[in-house]
Amino acid sequence: MNASGKTGPLVEVEDLSVNFVTRESNVRAVNGVTFTMMPGEVLCVLGESGSGKSVTMRALMRLLPPKRSVITGKIRVAGEDVLAMSEAALRRMRGATVSMIFQEPMTAFDPVTRVGDQITEVIRLHRGVNQAAARQRALDLFELVRIPSAQQRLDAYPHELSGGLRQRAMIALALSCEPKLLLADEPTTALDATVQIQVLILLRRLQQELGMSVIFVTHDLGVAAEIADRVAVMYAGRVVESGPVRDVLRSPLHPYTAGLLASTVHDQPPGRDLETIPGAPPDMRNLPPGCSFAPRCSLAGDDCRTTTPPAIEAAPGRIARCLRVHAPEAALV
Amino acid sequence: MDTSTTLAPIDARDRGGPRQPLLIVRNLRKHFPIRSGVLGRVSAHVRAVDGVSFTVMKGETLGIVGESGCGKSTVARLLMRLLKPDGGEHIFDGEAVGEAGGISVAEMRRQVQMVFQDSASSLNPRMPVQGSVAFGPIAFGTPRDRALAQARQLLAKVGLDPVLYGGRYPHELSGGQKQRVNVARALALDPRMVILDEAVSALDKSIEAQVLNLLQALRRELQLTYVFISHDLSVVRWISDRVMVMYLGEVVEIGPSNAIYETPKHPYTRALLASRPALDPDNRRLEAPVSGDPPSPINPPSGCRFHTRCPFAEPVCSARAPALGEGDVMAHLAACHMQDAASGHSKAVREIRH
Repeated sequence: MNASGKTGPLVEVEDLSVNFVTRESNVRAVNGVTFTMMPGEVLCVLGESGSGKSVTMRALMRLLPPKRSVITGKIRVAGEDVLAMSEAALRRMRGATVSMIFQEPMTAFDPVTRVGDQITEVIRLHRGVNQAAARQRALDLFELVRIPSAQQRLDAYPHELSGGLRQRAMIALALSCEPKLLLADEPTTALDATVQIQVLILLRRLQQELGMSVIFVTHDLGVAAEIADRVAVMYAGRVVESGPVRDVLRSPLHPYTAGLLASTVHDQPPGRDLETIPGAPPDMRNLPPGCSFAPRCSLAGDDCRTTTPPAIEAAPGRIARCLRVHAPEAALV
Repeated sequence: MDTSTTLAPIDARDRGGPRQPLLIVRNLRKHFPIRSGVLGRVSAHVRAVDGVSFTVMKGETLGIVGESGCGKSTVARLLMRLLKPDGGEHIFDGEAVGEAGGISVAEMRRQVQMVFQDSASSLNPRMPVQGSVAFGPIAFGTPRDRALAQARQLLAKVGLDPVLYGGRYPHELSGGQKQRVNVARALALDPRMVILDEAVSALDKSIEAQVLNLLQALRRELQLTYVFISHDLSVVRWISDRVMVMYLGEVVEIGPSNAIYETPKHPYTRALLASRPALDPDNRRLEAPVSGDPPSPINPPSGCRFHTRCPFAEPVCSARAPALGEGDVMAHLAACHMQDAASGHSKAVREIRH
């Protein structure tokens, strides 16, 4: 590992763009995403479907199909240039430096192999230890993620575990090589309410105990409030706002963030209409010029439809891409 | 509940009058057999719905909440008779459904419509959406031209310009637009009751609020009665007059929306409410209210089905199943031994409270 990973940022993403090119169309899924992340931080990437949040995560691990996706920009993780890595270097990075968990753990496990064997295999490959030591480590991991009767559960097939246990087993698998960075793509979205909060609390505790960084992708403001240090709000492939979670949720700068907060149902008085954002997200094959949110924005003027808003640091650590937000003092609510 | 404000003009189809509940369900049961082995013998049953009773008044919205496997979607399918119940009474506006002297299933389905979670799979991909909306009325004998004209009016009513969208196919619409079409299709037969099974759950938050506002506006305008099923407690609170909480095929608590959310009685309801993310980074949940996953409905726990996860469980809870009890429509009831002074639970209420 590079020594700069110690003090400098763990993740640096600069002007990242991802295009999916097919014969019929060119989908501009990510359009110039820039962010940095310090070691030990929890960053929530918040956005609706099609906002580019999952594609950004997959680009960080180079999991996108190489023939159909065109990636431009810079990605540095732990000081290394991810876009320049060879296949062998990628294999070393995946799992050991960066690891990922997904919404549906069933797709992350081989359905015909016992979960314990799958974790043991990963540990032996990456660590070069013998079977007994790897098995012991797998058991420790199951205990770390609080799987009850861990010894028996190692011998279970994925379908024999409940949704919550399967998600815990996937977290154990992801942590098996002590990654510096965990990418979590909606890992609690498919879980029941009483199980979701258990997994969120577990992830928060593991993050603190192991001191790892987490990028948590979600569409749920409540989940972000539970787990994030900082939030990056994505819309149409761009980060439209980022900042500390408290500030973003309490006094959003970007009209999209404000609209999202207002339209999320949370103890609004029944019998009165909910506030809504009119319209629908843009077609990513055919993005409008200027600010992508302008067609739905009540504050939009002609300038918004022609100029792509630059990133403005409205307050220390708070960035917004909106022509109506000015540096440094004016905050738009 | 605002039945008093929605009584206005009486529907010609109304049989029992304003005080007659639109829907009464008593002791509804559905057990799915599990077959195994080469002979396909029934080895066990999934007790999806196990003795569920409730009523829905005319003009009200009953919310049904619960986690996966609690039976809320099976209840919806039983109410539509997409599944045949194994037992129980099902009374629509005073008439027993599918029984001699009662209302036929076909006639009941004209008056009860359903909207599903997956907006794409509930529309015919090879039919323009106005055709899908007109399909029901045509099947029930409305001339084609008139049904299509009505369909276009309905599309306008749900916020889709029929000139622009009527001729489009489902794949040319977004998820929110498709769900609007599904709402229009459900309304095409002029139903009295609409069952919404996770109808907004798959939509993005900014679209979800739009569709919820639409549903409320339609309910007021058309004097509809809703059964609104969702796992999202905040959404259910916003839309419902009364709420029913289900766990492993049973009703654990039912009552007016405010009572359920302000003074929940059942430990499971309290756990569900306390599991909601706080939306406040300074007030994070430090401990999960309950541990583990909901057990399988194949072999549900004995006695109170929640006793395996309940922090207040005592021997009586695994020995005997608590009863929900009975009361009038607005009663706030919970099936918990702690609510029953005679149960023998050490934390039971000392006197019967009203």
